Amino acid sequence: MQDKPVTLKILDIVSVILLGVSTYLALVFAPTELVMGDVQRVFYFHIGTAWTALLGFILAAVFSVIYLIKKELKWDRLQVAAIEVSLVFFFITIVLGSIWARPAWNTWWTWDPRLTTAAVTELIYIAYFMLRQGIDDPDRRARFGAVYALVGGISAPITFFAIRLFRSIHPVVIGSANANQEKMNMTSDMRVAFFFALFAFTVIFIDLFWNRIRLGDLQEKVEQLKLKVTI
Amino acid sequence: MTDNVKRAVKTSEAGRGQKTGNFFKAVSAVVWKDLQAEFRSRELFSAMLVFSLLIILIFNFALELDIKTRQSVTAGVLWATFAFAGTLGLNRSMAIEKDRGCLDGLLLAPVDRSAIYFGKVLSNLAFMLIVEIIVLPVYSVLYNINLFQPGLLFVILLGSIGYVGVGTLLSTMSVQTRTRDILLPILLFPVVIPVLLAAVKASGGFLAGAELSDILLPINLLIAYDIIFIAVAFMVFDNVVEE
Repeated sequence: MQDKPVTLKILDIVSVILLGVSTYLALVFAPTELVMGDVQRVFYFHIGTAWTALLGFILAAVFSVIYLIKKELKWDRLQVAAIEVSLVFFFITIVLGSIWARPAWNTWWTWDPRLTTAAVTELIYIAYFMLRQGIDDPDRRARFGAVYALVGGISAPITFFAIRLFRSIHPVVIGSANANQEKMNMTSDMRVAFFFALFAFTVIFIDLFWNRIRLGDLQEKVEQLKLKVTI
Repeated sequence: MTDNVKRAVKTSEAGRGQKTGNFFKAVSAVVWKDLQAEFRSRELFSAMLVFSLLIILIFNFALELDIKTRQSVTAGVLWATFAFAGTLGLNRSMAIEKDRGCLDGLLLAPVDRSAIYFGKVLSNLAFMLIVEIIVLPVYSVLYNINLFQPGLLFVILLGSIGYVGVGTLLSTMSVQTRTRDILLPILLFPVVIPVLLAAVKASGGFLAGAELSDILLPINLLIAYDIIFIAVAFMVFDNVVEE
């Protein structure tokens, strides 16, 4: 059994430290938002997890295209790792968003484009894992997984734009807001906490992603050893 | 293997040499075998039809479809019915291929794999449209709404194409898994949401007599979805039938 690479060990520690610092910046350092109050502090982690989760889903779609072209199982393991970590991160995003929405919108949930798309995306990738679970042959599992990740990866943004035909009440953080949407204006201290959270969660994502890829490789090895034993 | 598959093989061999002619012959052979098998057994069609009528019956009690609610929810009820009945048909049509070894026979045929995909799409679409054509007048009579408007029929056609286009690809995958009977709706529904959304919006617009400019947006979305997903399915279909 191979040892954990030193770089990965260091990255593990760095991730924990960054998470701690980011928590401090979000909860203590950043000033309290005037209108929404303390609950707005949830937003730093909300965006941090959302951004990395989306990054992971996009990566997964890219990996699935590469897999379908090259047919090397390595790309399948990368794809599973990206989707699994992103699925958890996106779930955290939704939960944090709900906590924020309760006082801000006076409801845990609304059928706004972003929220609906988030829910649909979670369901797509849960379905992805259910599909994989039903297949024993690793090659077929990889092929079907790649096809479904690709179909889902194309469908999710279309869902978003489709629901956008209706009006949105989600605040726009980056980019232009419509007249009927509230826009967040951040002070410089808030910006520090915000961009640090983005950075921290990116590093944490890379760390988890790497660990998950390693796990996938080890799983593969175990399966091969099992096959050898049975033969 | 059935005579139909042999015929499909024969038809495709006869057409060899003219490549596009060959492709269309293969597609029509697949469609023809499906329609003929269905015409003899009628199991798929009758199941879908009875199931859709039952769903409408359930909606009747679940939503208390009085005149007021009826106007706002008719489009939704129709599309929910088509979506549920559609999964039934898609599942069955692919499961038959798998159970009787027909899929292997089809794959042995010296034709492009995408011809099999388009053939299955067309036959699934045919079943779905036939069911819809029967459900519409029944719904019209039961709830006293005229559903035979050219615009609405056009939307139903576009929506069904998108639904069946993705559904055929995913049902080909789902029948090859251990959890085949329950997996298709779980795979299909989250991916097909844009179709249902746009179709419900466009159908509702036509039923409410909205301006054409308001309905154009969801219709364009439906067309875009149909094109994108049939193109994607066309490109990846090889991967889901490879043995």
